[in-house]
Amino acid sequence: MIQTTEETQNVAGAQLAIVKGGSGKPLLVFHDELGYPGWMSWNESLGHDRTLLIPLQPGFGKTPRIEWARNYRDLAGYYALVVRELKLDPIDVIGFSAGGFIAAEMAAADPHIFSKMILVAPMGIKPTEGEIMDIFPITIRTHLLATVADPAGTPEFSRLYGGEMTPEVFEAFEDARAETARLGWEPYMHDPALPHLLRGLKTPTLLVWGTADHVVPRGCIDGYKNAIGGAAKVTLIEKVGHRPETENSTEFERLVRGFLSA
Amino acid sequence: MKIGYFTERPVRWLPEEVILKNGAHFAVSNKYYDREKAADEYNYWIDENLYAEELGFDIVALNEHHGNPFCMGSVMNVEAGILARLTKKARILLIGNPLPVIKHPLRMAEELAEIDLISRGRLIAGWVRGAGSEQFFNNANPAYNREYFEEAHDFIVQAWTKPGPWRYEGKHFHYRHVNPWALPYQKPHPPMWIPGVLSPETVQWCAERAYPYFGLGTSLGPTCDLWEFYADTAHQAGYQAGPENFGYVVPTFVAETEEKAQELGKGFLYGGGQNSFARVEHTLPPGYNSKDAIRRLAKQPQGSWLGISGEKLRGHTEERVIDAEEIHRKLEPGYKKAQSQLNLIIGNPKNVVKKLKTIMSVIRPGAVVMFNVQGPVSNEDRQNSMRLIAQEVVPELREHANQLGLVDALERKPGLSKIQAGTKRVPVSDRGPLKEVGLA
Repeated sequence: MIQTTEETQNVAGAQLAIVKGGSGKPLLVFHDELGYPGWMSWNESLGHDRTLLIPLQPGFGKTPRIEWARNYRDLAGYYALVVRELKLDPIDVIGFSAGGFIAAEMAAADPHIFSKMILVAPMGIKPTEGEIMDIFPITIRTHLLATVADPAGTPEFSRLYGGEMTPEVFEAFEDARAETARLGWEPYMHDPALPHLLRGLKTPTLLVWGTADHVVPRGCIDGYKNAIGGAAKVTLIEKVGHRPETENSTEFERLVRGFLSA
Repeated sequence: MKIGYFTERPVRWLPEEVILKNGAHFAVSNKYYDREKAADEYNYWIDENLYAEELGFDIVALNEHHGNPFCMGSVMNVEAGILARLTKKARILLIGNPLPVIKHPLRMAEELAEIDLISRGRLIAGWVRGAGSEQFFNNANPAYNREYFEEAHDFIVQAWTKPGPWRYEGKHFHYRHVNPWALPYQKPHPPMWIPGVLSPETVQWCAERAYPYFGLGTSLGPTCDLWEFYADTAHQAGYQAGPENFGYVVPTFVAETEEKAQELGKGFLYGGGQNSFARVEHTLPPGYNSKDAIRRLAKQPQGSWLGISGEKLRGHTEERVIDAEEIHRKLEPGYKKAQSQLNLIIGNPKNVVKKLKTIMSVIRPGAVVMFNVQGPVSNEDRQNSMRLIAQEVVPELREHANQLGLVDALERKPGLSKIQAGTKRVPVSDRGPLKEVGLA
């Protein structure tokens, strides 16, 4: 088991908590809108080749909220400062759901900041068809269960999210939801300018989508593909939902490893 | 003391089953909307408020809710404008305009100024944050709810008092030309009374500004606690809080006999009553409540605030009981309990007087607003209750208020009873009478 650390450092004007684990070339990881749930099997697997840097999003409990950041583009601007101050650029990045939104905004603003970009079920672009599921008028548990195609048949999901929701866990989720609402309430979890700003991006990009995803529709993936064009490759994982990294981690790791090493 | 009249103006044509199957009033489909009946009802509500004035109520109070048959007041300023013209002396109290969900404080300043002008200075403005469900209905970012509320309030007061034109660049609101040609009749501006359900943050905000705080049918024990918290904050601000700083809205229904009152009073529980205003997932949108409030709620396994408990919040959205009979079976003991705890005041005039006097003795409010029954109760029965309250209950309450020295915010301006640093304040509530009725 890889030893991980969680360190808070003053970077880009904020006390940013970063989980770090693994060895090798750095890989920046942006977690989703419910926060980082802890070291996962895909983290362990990739950690043998790559050093995973997982910033814990401001306002989600560990890192204080950044008041001036009022939308995802602002937050992406903050993370771009982080990458530059830590002299990490260009760096490979992987972003999940709203974390994919963040990465895409960063790439749109600075096409050279990432060497490779993996967006897993990314929010951020208004889908060409369908709608991004509204996660706010539902309870946390209902939201969580909607993120996987087969909750009972996904042991890692059960390990991460299936336990008792203690007041502390509930509060952490509420922090994440409140901050996500603050940044992404309107327009809901997308930036109308983003597809225009991604046009012609040269960064090799992998778009990953589970065919049973009920949170982010296929239309988001198509929107990204249309915007980025030739540098983007769409990869589908069958029979999984919004969390392919836990629902079919073997296939997910194979795809990610293949893309990053190519 | 001031005695007010209030009704939510409930939709009375909607079958209860529809509300129960929806799990709450909010989000019941408007396919059930009956335009003819609604037209009749809006006109009736105006008439009912005129009747309240005729009966001698000092105040007619309005509120608004959105997307919800619990209350037909979707744009209360429209109704207030009509009442401003048709009433003669009653104060028009708005409890209150939901500033964060309206999101246009300059327009609000103009609308209220017109109401105050038409009524020749009888408007009492009130502000609320809007129910959780209304953040969804109006697409108002709940994470900024309190910021919107405070900034909109500050802006409106400026718009009413600072000669224009001037420019405003705030955090959430921006106006390049503030110069409303509708200024309130009252100088410097109408009084502002703030209703709430005991959010400490709002209570503190009111106390810092010496705005009267109105408990909306809140349980008496916690109300005493928050009243004293208000008074502590007032003390720090240098004044002694008194009855003029407090008001109370109390669900009240009266009939000649206890039996009739008890039967019709069940209207307060129609469709599940106040606790089924909105489903859990609509009641607390993310960021709507403070972190402290969420922490308190998360640790509260049972018990509830507007029917919301930590347990429900941690549960599934889909967990809904739609067995109407089962709901009624559960509501029945709740009906009795709410009355024994003085949350619902229902009965013949004699019994109601006794209970209301107890409430007044405990929380010592300067103003009491009677909230008429919900549900499909007939106009005749509603008006009968109003008449009995006005003729047989209110005189005794006024006498009791005189004995207790309950002055209201229009008689004595809140915040003017200064106290010196180092001087102790006096209590603003009295739990003694609660003990006498076994509620302490």
